[in-house]
Parts: sequence; C-alpha cells; structure tokens
Amino acid sequence: MNAADTGYIIICAAMVMVMTPALALFYGGLVRSRNVLATHMHSYASLGLITILWVFVGYTLAFGDDVGGIIGNLSYVFMRGVEGVAAPAAPQLPHTVFMAFQCMFAVLTVALISGGYAERIRFSAMLLFSGLWLIFVYAPMAHWVWGGGWMAKIGAVDFAGGAVVHMASGAAALACAKALGPRLSLDQGVAPNNLPLTLLGGGLLWFGWFGFNAGSALVAGTLAGHALVTTHVASACGIMGWMLAEWKRTGKPTTLGVISGALAGLVAITPAAGFVGILSAVLIGFVGGVVCYGAVLLKNRFGYDDALDVVGIHGAGGTWGALATGLFAVASVNGVDGLFFGNPHQLWVQFVSVVGTWVFVYVASRVLLYIVDAAVGLRVTPDAEATGLDLSEHNEQGYSL
Amino acid sequence: MKKLEIIIKPGTFEKVKSVLTELGVHGLNYTEIRGFGRQRGHKEVYRGTIMQVDCLPKIKVDVVMHDEALEKILDAVVVAARTGQVGDGKIFISDVQDAVRIRTGERGDAAL
Repeated sequence: MNAADTGYIIICAAMVMVMTPALALFYGGLVRSRNVLATHMHSYASLGLITILWVFVGYTLAFGDDVGGIIGNLSYVFMRGVEGVAAPAAPQLPHTVFMAFQCMFAVLTVALISGGYAERIRFSAMLLFSGLWLIFVYAPMAHWVWGGGWMAKIGAVDFAGGAVVHMASGAAALACAKALGPRLSLDQGVAPNNLPLTLLGGGLLWFGWFGFNAGSALVAGTLAGHALVTTHVASACGIMGWMLAEWKRTGKPTTLGVISGALAGLVAITPAAGFVGILSAVLIGFVGGVVCYGAVLLKNRFGYDDALDVVGIHGAGGTWGALATGLFAVASVNGVDGLFFGNPHQLWVQFVSVVGTWVFVYVASRVLLYIVDAAVGLRVTPDAEATGLDLSEHNEQGYSL
Repeated sequence: MKKLEIIIKPGTFEKVKSVLTELGVHGLNYTEIRGFGRQRGHKEVYRGTIMQVDCLPKIKVDVVMHDEALEKILDAVVVAARTGQVGDGKIFISDVQDAVRIRTGERGDAAL
C-alpha cells in the first residue's frame, strides 16, 4: 500500500460521489417545475440504496474471484475480508478505498438511468428497478470489464467506464423509455424549469469527472495526469462540436447545447482517457459533441421519450468513445495500440464489447422492467402525472414562489 | 369617467407609469399577463426540441380618469409605449358608470 496513491484515490472517490448530486441538479433543472424534487430524489435514492447494496453484495459480484467470466463469487460478501488489507486488483490501495471508489461509479450509473424514466415513474418502481439493476446488470458488466470477466479476457479496454457506466446507463434508459411509454402532454412542449441549475450541475459533473477519469489510473502518477488532460481537452472540444453543429442547424448556439456538448465530450473520452494521445482527445471530444447532438435528434424520429437524453448523450457518446479507443489507442500511453497505430484487432474487440453491452443491458433491463411492472406498476396514474411527481409521490413542492 | 386597459410590452411599463403620474393620474393597477396578438410568439430550442411559444408576457395597466383627461393621456401613453415593432400592444377604452372611495363614501369624479 502506498500513502500517496491512497490519499489520491480517497479524494477521487469523494469527487465521483459529488457527481451524483451534480447529476441531480443537471437533471432537476431540465424537467418541469412540478417534477424537480422527484428528479433530484432519483439521484439521492441511488446514493442511499445502491451504496448499501454495493457494500452487501454488489462489490463481491463485480470484483470477487471470477466465475466463468460472467460474475464474481461471494468472497467479499458483506465486506468479508476487505478491511485492513490491500486491494487485490490494486495492491497500492487499501481494499476499502478501492471498494469505495468503485461504489461511487455504481451509484452514479444507476442515477444516470433516471433521465430515461423522469417525470412519470412510480417511486417504489424506481427503487425496485434500481436495486435489481445493480445486482443483475451493473455488477456483471463491471465484472466483465474490470473484474476479469469475458470482455477483459478478449482484450477490450474501457479506462473509466465507457461501457460499464455510459453505454450501460444509455441502454437501460432506452429500455425504460420504451417500457414506460412517452410522457403525457408531451405535444404541448416541455421547457426546462431552471437551466441555471442544469448548468451548475453540468459544471460540477465536469469537476467530478477528473476524479472519475484521472482516478481510474488508480495511481497518482503520469497516467493519472495524462487522463486529466485528455478528459479536460475532450470536454472543451465537446462544447465546440455541439455548439457549432447546433448553431449551423437552428441558427443560434444555446447554453443547454454547450453544457450538453461538454458532457458529450466527457462521456466520449471516458473509455479512452488513459489510452489515447492528447491530440486524439481533441478529435474524440469534438466528434463526440457532434455525434451526441445528432443522436439526441434521433429520439424525435423514433418516438421513444428518453426524457433527458441519456441515450443520445451517454449511450451514443459511450459507443463512440469505445470505438474511438479502438481507433486512437497508442501503446506509448498505456500499452494498447488501436487501428491507427497498426492494430485493427483492437477495433474489433471494442466493437464486440459495444454490441455485447447494448444487447445484454437492453434485454436484461427490459426483463427487469417487466418484473417490476408486474410487482408494483411502473407508471403513476395520469392524474398524478399531471399533478406532478413532487406532490403525488413525495408530498412536497420544489418552489413556493 | 373612462377606463383604459393598456396592454404593453413589459419593458415600457416604467415609462408609461411615469407619464401617467405626470399627467395627474393618482392611482393605477397593473397585472402581469400573457397573450398574443399579431406578433404571435417566439421559438425556443432545447437540445433537439423546438418549441413554438405562442403567448408572450405583457403588462396590463388598468386606470380610470376624468373624461376631459382622456385624449391627453392617450397621446402620452402611445408615445411612451411605442417601440415601432409588432407587439407594442393595445389600449381599450370604456365608459365607467360610477366609482366609490371606500374610506369616505365619495362618489363619481370625486372618488378618483
């Protein structure tokens, strides 16, 4: 164990934790004022529920000893053997610190899905789905990529969670949007209730992302510094990409476009942050901004109501990032070459990981949603939806003006 | 007595209020309203969604005056509220039958 690395990852874990409240602000500002608290609730409930489930069983399913490339075993169930020892996956860190850092990722990923079911899900259904999803979808996904499962074995790389966090939350949000159906009164238009809240949340997400990506190096060294720079550069370029695309299409750049572009860049660089060069990050971020803007427009064409654009930003951005890792990875950064550096095989395994993630997460999420619907009912009544979830589900209101 | 319902752009309210006060109007009420006329509304863009917002915020001033003050006030308000763009608003004029000052019970013009 190493004091510098330990101190560094403790701070990074705290930064990733802040991303979930930041997401609550980001999402909360985008919904109508009658749902602002319920939308915050989705993120904070994840902090509560997912943390407990992670400590009890989630962590061991993801990072316990590999069982057939599919799932971890129960060696760390209820934190057995975790306290006071070094982490097997990162011997420079105490096992507790590694577990806590990973816990924050699980919490955030579950909270990210909420953009797909916002403004219409029953709170009890949201809790039940989130808990089941952590155990049956997130834990295997994290195991496949980071816990020595089949994706890691075929050589797919995902530095900080392009597949595990972003593609997975995007695919799950698509499943939620399809299972729930569109919000009522969508045709009357949905204007965000508080864009400054969204901008503040987006800015804080950017801050937390340094812990997320640079922290994923798991050591306080050159690779962490490299990931910090690629992350920041890609986010900046995501802003420019989205802004220019939007300016060209609708005639004016918007603040929501700028903050969405920043997140698109961040999502796109997430799997690549510790594998690609800095100039590649420029391209990955810029294209990420343009691709995600295009992907957000798709929902109108296909008619699924992905309320807060999880599919368009996290799904599409994560997919682009995973493929871009297969294109731009260079061994001088972290030992893996991509297509442009003479290793076409890397692009192929990245592609397999993309397809595997989308298919598994989408199908598994639909099955879980079906079960939850049968158990407690997914959607609130039309009357409750019109009143707003703040009052109908939580007996409170966000604004008394 | 005449009553004016003056519907104006929110940005011209302060000017309209000050010309009314200068011309001896002792009291007025205003309401923040939304509506549309020939201007219709504007376009708002949120990521992929383009929304047509039909009803824009306006201010409606209600003011009652002596008959002889009417023309002078109308002229002044029109100058104060005019920007020359579509959407400057409208003034509706109606007769008022009577008025009562609640504190003293005075009636008619004396109540204004």
